[in-house]
Amino acid sequence: MRQSFVAKNPSVLVFLACLGLFTLGVSVLSEGMGIGLISTSFVKTLGKTLCLCLVAIAMDLVWGYAGILSLGHFAFFGLGGYMIGMWLMYARTEGIVAASLSNAEIPPTPDELRSAIANQIFGVVGSSDFPAIWVFAHSLPLQLALVVLVPGLLALVFGWLAFRSRVTGVYLSILTQAMTLALALYLFQNDSGLRGNNGLSGLQNIPGAEGVPQSVISVWFLWASAAALGLGYVIAAFVVSGKFGSVIRGIRDDEARVRFLGYSVEGYKLFVFTLTAVIAGIAGALYYPQAGIINPKEIAPIASIYLAVWVAIGGRGRLYGAVIGAALVSLLSTWFTGGRVPDLPLGFYTVSWVDWWQVLLGLSFVLVTLFAPKGIGGLFDLVAGRRAPDRHGADLGPDPGALREKEAER
Amino acid sequence: MRILLAALTFLCLVATAGAQDIAADGPAATPLQSLLKEHRAAIEQGARRGIGPAIEALRDSGLPEARLILEKWQARELWLRKADGLFFLAESAEGGYRLTDPATGEAAGSATRDEVIQIRPNSGIRAVLAGALVQFQLTDPNPAVRAAALDAIARRSEAGHLDALRAVLEDEPDPRLKARKARLERLLTISFDPDPDARIAAIEGFAGDIGVDVRAALNPLVATTRAVAPGEPPAGENIARRLSPGSEALPREAAYAMLVEAGLAPPRIGRAEIRAALAAHVEGGRVGGVPVAELNSDAARERAYAGLAAAGLVPAHLTEAGIDAALAAHAFYDRYAEADPRVTEAAADALAAIALMVGVNQMADLALDALSLASIYFLAAIGLAITFGVMRVINMAHGEFIMMGAYTGYVVQQFIPDYTISILVALPLAFAITFGAGVAMERLVIRWLYNRPLETLLATFGISIALQQLAKNIFGTQARPLTSPAWLDGSLVINDVVSISYIRIAIFVLALMFLGLFLFIMRRTRLGLEVRAVTQNPRMAASMGINPDRINMLTFGLGSGIAGVAGVAIGLYAKVTSELGQDYIVQSFMTVVVGGVGNIWGTLLGATLIGFLQKGIEWFNPSNTLAAQTYMILFIILFIQFRPRGIIALKGRAAGD
Repeated sequence: MRQSFVAKNPSVLVFLACLGLFTLGVSVLSEGMGIGLISTSFVKTLGKTLCLCLVAIAMDLVWGYAGILSLGHFAFFGLGGYMIGMWLMYARTEGIVAASLSNAEIPPTPDELRSAIANQIFGVVGSSDFPAIWVFAHSLPLQLALVVLVPGLLALVFGWLAFRSRVTGVYLSILTQAMTLALALYLFQNDSGLRGNNGLSGLQNIPGAEGVPQSVISVWFLWASAAALGLGYVIAAFVVSGKFGSVIRGIRDDEARVRFLGYSVEGYKLFVFTLTAVIAGIAGALYYPQAGIINPKEIAPIASIYLAVWVAIGGRGRLYGAVIGAALVSLLSTWFTGGRVPDLPLGFYTVSWVDWWQVLLGLSFVLVTLFAPKGIGGLFDLVAGRRAPDRHGADLGPDPGALREKEAER
Repeated sequence: MRILLAALTFLCLVATAGAQDIAADGPAATPLQSLLKEHRAAIEQGARRGIGPAIEALRDSGLPEARLILEKWQARELWLRKADGLFFLAESAEGGYRLTDPATGEAAGSATRDEVIQIRPNSGIRAVLAGALVQFQLTDPNPAVRAAALDAIARRSEAGHLDALRAVLEDEPDPRLKARKARLERLLTISFDPDPDARIAAIEGFAGDIGVDVRAALNPLVATTRAVAPGEPPAGENIARRLSPGSEALPREAAYAMLVEAGLAPPRIGRAEIRAALAAHVEGGRVGGVPVAELNSDAARERAYAGLAAAGLVPAHLTEAGIDAALAAHAFYDRYAEADPRVTEAAADALAAIALMVGVNQMADLALDALSLASIYFLAAIGLAITFGVMRVINMAHGEFIMMGAYTGYVVQQFIPDYTISILVALPLAFAITFGAGVAMERLVIRWLYNRPLETLLATFGISIALQQLAKNIFGTQARPLTSPAWLDGSLVINDVVSISYIRIAIFVLALMFLGLFLFIMRRTRLGLEVRAVTQNPRMAASMGINPDRINMLTFGLGSGIAGVAGVAIGLYAKVTSELGQDYIVQSFMTVVVGGVGNIWGTLLGATLIGFLQKGIEWFNPSNTLAAQTYMILFIILFIQFRPRGIIALKGRAAGD
């Protein structure tokens, strides 16, 4: 008997309900739309966290379900941010420049306008011409298309090259890390056309919404992020629920057997890799207008590794686990490194959390990997009464490196 | 007799009186003083411009005291007595100065402060004086002074030095100084000899010589300036090449700008000028008959400007045809500053030959650089090659072990002030500490994850960020110095192009030593045998009485320990920070992956490939090391396409597929 999608995935409804309640609650408590209990900057932090949850879902799809430990998904996230940032920066600068030129005696020609904008944007890197990659920056629809196309194409080409030559496992992780590093180093150059290490800034000012206060814009972005997260969750749940999901889990557990069964393993992997890159790009495009600035440091390999950390702590192989991990760890990180946590006096030494949070995070990560491979999501199994079969110490999987049975039971 | 005596006395008296007389106005009579007196105005005035003849006259006078005077003048110890215009050396005494006659060295009475003026040459004049003094110093009995004089000539040479050098060339006893003098004489011949044949001979003698001094002497000869002349270039100019306007070397705009600058054509009216002119002539919302609001295109602005020009308010717009005609009527060319074409031709030929030699030597220098970079990568990667290659365990904290080694070196230097001893202590200590850390990590974390390589990656990453932050908490974020011993300072200079610092040589030697050590352990010891057995088949090895747990622990400790030693070496030439290891970790992984896992020769090849590749790419674009790294990583990604298992791939069951 064919079950409906929702019946097979009860967590989707629960998740959507929680997300809706959360968004509604924050809107009511916010400064811009409600009673003002939550500050605008915290609304932005929550909105950004939702975007991070979205990219964590992408990471969970590609790692927890398809078994590809990609250390490059933050590169796609950053690329999405750069693409939307180009339009935001261009349109805003255009407004400012047009206003200042309209006071001159002679109205400006289009060329003069364009070169004045270029001067304004690229003055910091000693250039006054638009690089070729800014050719679509004047148009919002085109840049929105690029948000999807650029990460998607990069993932398609990279994935095709990597999967075609059967690069798997740790090698693939290192290769994706190298890709991220190469991209970050490239963007750090001043002549990369994206303002070098200055990055793109002033992204929180939305062109065409100059009269709207930031407190309202922050709630808009919260809604947009929540909608994207909800949609992303449904798409991810749909992808992993049917036959397709079974195949990618099969690839994760034993790639060779799936290949022998006649499935085109490379095609499946490539699809998942590209899809998740696109999701990451969209998450980035929603994240950076809330952050206000993007620079190449955001793309550094360490960011992608943190993404893996979130998913691992939350529990990979289940979508809500990724969301919980990303939200919890990133909010805790913000809280601890923000310096608002009281110091812990030990008598002989005072633990200042700004300094010691990283140590705590690193060690807790080791502990989670060692003792709770299911992550926080594993707690739900305790509630549901699901338990892994007792194998009496025997090997859990068919092969070293394959995911264990108890993690793969869904 | 009496008369005779009286006459004698008289004579004596006269003689004494005469002598006294000479002593009284003695300085005035010496040729030195008369010479100085002749140039008194220039000397007293102390202007750089007028001083030349005075100094030259002194230098060429042939007087034995000339050198002393010049030296004293340079040292601000020369004084002028206002009353009679005589020059003295002086030292302060009670109530004024005690004067000494420069010619004889005899005391010449004293003077009050008001009676004498100190001659104070400014820095420009002192430099001229130094140049003049060189001639005397070249024959000084002390070889050090002669060498210093040669240095002075090499720094700023002038025409006069050539004759001076030639005069003393044959008498030089020291063969090394003689060779230097001869070389300098050839260089000065190029620059200053009036005879073109001699210059050409000297230039040709230097073909293929890569010294910086030769290039410095030759380059001014072939330097060109761009010039424009109506019709044909004037005869007698040494023309390097003719330029046609509109070519790549001389764009049309630039050519016309040259004409304007030379006053041969009226200035062109550009867009900015048109705009300014229009803005200045707005009348009632219209300019030249065109409404202001319509002036947002170039065509409308041209029309408005034409209107203004028709009204005589602005100069007429230059037509393109007019510009072409003006350009065609003039000749544009590059001319040499040097007038003799034969000399410039010889210099250009010599420079071409030199450029070839310099290129070859730069290649050699680049190869040395690349070799040292490769040895650094090899050192950083060899520990990783052991843990990743032999045990298939990926250790993201490897970089932090390198950092731990570097900090160990730093801490040891705080306790042992002698740098040589402290390095000798730090190397084994770093090995011991990181060995211990590696063993602890293997026991506590990694052995639980042997079947889950991806999770090892993440767990060791957790350790990596914890260790990094720990180092930040202990040592702070600023860089700590790890000072190398004095005998590692400086560099081995082979010629003006090729040089390599001793630290890099030491790192190269260290890398070779570790390669040898690794090969020895793996091939000649019991441990190596057991490690190879466990690598090939752990279960079979265990059934042969080998304890795989112990072997894994020792292997991991060994890899970590080598990382610690590499840390000390890397810390010697890079700043020790908590991010030191992070900077090397990706390159180290690349090295291992490119080389091929599980084979030390592969790691060596990988390090060599990456080192040479990075330096090679940097050579194409030296200003941009970021781009070099980007392209290198892209190359590696592509390389993996063709050899997914690295340069040297394991075959058969050991490959693990």
